[in-house]
Amino acid sequence: MNIVVCIKQVPDTKGGVKFNPDGTLDRASMLAIMNPDDKAGLEAALRIKDETGAKVTVVTMGLPKADAVLREALAMGADEAVLVTDRVLGGADTWATSSTVAAALRNLDYDIVITGRQAIDGDTAQVGPQIAVHLGLPVISYAEDIKIDGDSVIVKRQYEDRYHEVKAKMPVLITALSELNEPRYMTPGGIFDACDKEVTVWGRADLKDLDDANIGLKGSPTKIAKASDKVPKGAGEKVNLDPAESVNYLMEKFKEKHII
Amino acid sequence: MDFTLDKKHEMARDLFKQFAETEVKPLAQETDETEQFPAETVAKMGKYGFMGIPVPKEYGGQGCDALTYVMCVEELSKVCGTTGVIVSAHTSLCVDPIMTYGTEEQKQKYVKDLATGKKLGAFALTEPGAGTDAQGAQTKAVLDGDEWVLNGSKCFITNGKVADVYIVIAITSITEDKRGRKKKNFSAFIVDKDAPGFSFGTKEKKMGIRGSSTYELIFEDCRIPKDALLGAEGKGFPIAMHTLDGGRIGIAAQALGIAEGALERTIEYTKERKQFGRTIAAQQNTQFQLANMATQVEAAKMLVYKAAMKKQEFANGARVSYSVEAAMAKLFAAETAMDVTTKCVQLFGGYGYIREYDVERMMRDAKITEIYEGTSEVQRMVISGALLK
Repeated sequence: MNIVVCIKQVPDTKGGVKFNPDGTLDRASMLAIMNPDDKAGLEAALRIKDETGAKVTVVTMGLPKADAVLREALAMGADEAVLVTDRVLGGADTWATSSTVAAALRNLDYDIVITGRQAIDGDTAQVGPQIAVHLGLPVISYAEDIKIDGDSVIVKRQYEDRYHEVKAKMPVLITALSELNEPRYMTPGGIFDACDKEVTVWGRADLKDLDDANIGLKGSPTKIAKASDKVPKGAGEKVNLDPAESVNYLMEKFKEKHII
Repeated sequence: MDFTLDKKHEMARDLFKQFAETEVKPLAQETDETEQFPAETVAKMGKYGFMGIPVPKEYGGQGCDALTYVMCVEELSKVCGTTGVIVSAHTSLCVDPIMTYGTEEQKQKYVKDLATGKKLGAFALTEPGAGTDAQGAQTKAVLDGDEWVLNGSKCFITNGKVADVYIVIAITSITEDKRGRKKKNFSAFIVDKDAPGFSFGTKEKKMGIRGSSTYELIFEDCRIPKDALLGAEGKGFPIAMHTLDGGRIGIAAQALGIAEGALERTIEYTKERKQFGRTIAAQQNTQFQLANMATQVEAAKMLVYKAAMKKQEFANGARVSYSVEAAMAKLFAAETAMDVTTKCVQLFGGYGYIREYDVERMMRDAKITEIYEGTSEVQRMVISGALLK
């Protein structure tokens, strides 16, 4: 069985978000990590590998420094890694990204494709399902559990108040939630091997069945008008009243703000 | 000469730091307070290969080097000195001598389980009457048919009772030299926990590294197979000394980590704590103290890493001694740890004396690094001995 996991290097938002003057993210000044949903997807793939001996390949599209998340994935136990990088692919929105990643996947054998639900930088949750459309695969999103059942997968698909158990024949694309599991650590030996391993690098010329109109900034229908950090809220007002007075106080405030 | 860490070591450090922060730090205070051996953490470290970092892959290890191993002990010790010494005693004092002196059968039998964390290791040289003067040891081993019979006791044994495999040094013969002076000949043995006649005495209540399990070992007609002899008969003392050379690098890394951990917390604290209307970090005394401490820590780090790299040269087959490098690293790192943690407590003021703050524990943990695996005085003897020979 071949599993391909699509991962993305994202800025670590724990340290705060910084923007360039043109409104795009200032990625250079932020720490870069593997997107948490993608990492859960990788862990799910590695657990299937532990059970079945499946081969796990990780793919990322990004700058050459995105090599770091591929090495991390290899050090966690992935077998192969592919970096899709080319200047003409830069500035891609979800459409251009999914078109490009789908083209990369056409070069690979897969029974299951796993992506994270969404990346913490864009939060769109579009790329996974779009890849599935490009490749003509069934898609099960928001997976909180993945099981293999013969030539099919059985996936728990999360909803706000329930989950659906969905069965689909492979090949299939699954988008993973970070709640899916607790990703494993790398191992020291895994790190040493990962650093010695060759990462396959593909540029535009290596991607087949891909229209230049669908790649990079030019192939991106999304235009960002403006981006900004959230304005922090004020500290609020603290009062210390007994319960009856509190109710009156709140009612007054609600009326004042025309909430009631 | 290159002082920059390569990609492998940088990634490994990130891993150890992340593990220490996530898995070890939250338990450090409780481990100290309750004096409970952190068995779950040790099991996790086994799962992720931390118990066999410098061991070749064919023996179940990670196939990394001595530098990676010391960085692991260092990062663990930044948050918990107890966890640091568990890895150090296991790797340097039990796995390493079996890898260095063991037969292929012994390596197959023990190292795979030790390196994967299925079993824990310990080392027993010290006796109630024989600390720095290790030659004063009394424990004896006598060959009786196909078995060695051990009698005696060992004390202050790290990982005692929780370990499964013990390297034990015992007298196997007494010879007389030309002048008629008696000389004890020691041998090293690998003793399984379940060996008949092997039991544990009292658990030590310690000032620091309180989660580390420190026990007395008792051998009463303890019978172990003939092939439990490690290395050649009569070569136990050089085996023990060579093993301690490696162990000292591990303890130096532990001391380095404790100093770094205390300094990190103190830098944070001095930026927050206000006295006389401004942060104490804004006061020159604090600034100079921090500058001195950071310089000591950096110097200690260079000595520890250099010793680790020299040990790796030996592991790669070069006929080099790393005894002096190890002694210098341990001497300087241990004294740095004691000095830095004491000053950190002082900068914390009254809060530094309260158990709620990590630096109080770190100062207690630091003291042992000047004592075990050769006191600072022994390190000075080793260094000056090499200078004056």
